[in-house]
Amino acid sequence: MWRFIIPIGLFAALVTFLFVGLGRDKETLASPLIGKPAPQFELPRVDDPSQTISNREFAGRPYVVNIWGSWCFACRDEHAVLMQIARRGEVPLVGLNWKDELPLAQQWLQQLGNPYVATAFDPKGDVGIDYGAYGAPETYLVDAQGIIVYKYVSPVTIDVWEREFLPRIKQAGAKGE
Amino acid sequence: MRALLVMLAALLGMQLAFAIDTAPAFADPAQQARYERIIHQLRCLQCRSESIADSGVTLAADLRRQVREMMAAGKSDEEIYQHMVDRYGDYVLYKPPLAARTLLLWGGPILLLVGGAAVAVFVIARKSKLPDTDPADPGLGAS
Repeated sequence: MWRFIIPIGLFAALVTFLFVGLGRDKETLASPLIGKPAPQFELPRVDDPSQTISNREFAGRPYVVNIWGSWCFACRDEHAVLMQIARRGEVPLVGLNWKDELPLAQQWLQQLGNPYVATAFDPKGDVGIDYGAYGAPETYLVDAQGIIVYKYVSPVTIDVWEREFLPRIKQAGAKGE
Repeated sequence: MRALLVMLAALLGMQLAFAIDTAPAFADPAQQARYERIIHQLRCLQCRSESIADSGVTLAADLRRQVREMMAAGKSDEEIYQHMVDRYGDYVLYKPPLAARTLLLWGGPILLLVGGAAVAVFVIARKSKLPDTDPADPGLGAS
């Protein structure tokens, strides 16, 4: 009797493990920063590098940090969506231009439009690394208390925005009115 | 055959030629060895199955720079690893810490080894008690 039960049991356990593994998203790494305060930054502005932009300016209400670069192909697809989201005005979008060159970043915003209330210029990449970025685009939702409540890796779509971001923005305590 | 060996040697040499940072980062050999050890312990988040020592992507280059900067600032190994774990989680370490949540990861191989050995001992012990039924097999010791 055991002769059959043990191997079948082991096989069933293996199948369960593999099956659960199939459904798991192994591309997206869980960020240790969820539930932690958003890293502070103060960086030159892409539109005017003589001025700086700090995320302290957005404290007290939810905001979104979007990490992008002109070298990032997927960001180009995402950009049109960000333009739509910016027009809806649900939450301010703060750009973090990551590991880019200033003229290329400026040209990008001039040609494709600027969905950001401000874009910080991070050519060394240290601020992006503070946010635990490992690719672009990445999008973070920070709540009114300055806590990162959500992170999305890969281009945001309207569907993702409405499904993942909007409910959390409402929960994060403000709709802007 | 000789030509093949030469080609193989050339291929192996190419590996070295692909090393990422050509100049050593530190003049002090002890510091350089420490630097090499640390960057081999950190995973490249973009390529996943390479350490930042081996990866050519720019994120790995930035993380190597941060390691060099932290070493120059006198940070300990633990502080450097913690800096990376705070940003990227345990996944960034090739050797994750031994904790309750990683118990299965660390204990799994031992569990499998002990389990396999137990099964082997059980089967061998049982089989060796059985009478030798194969007339064609002279049995151990006969020659």
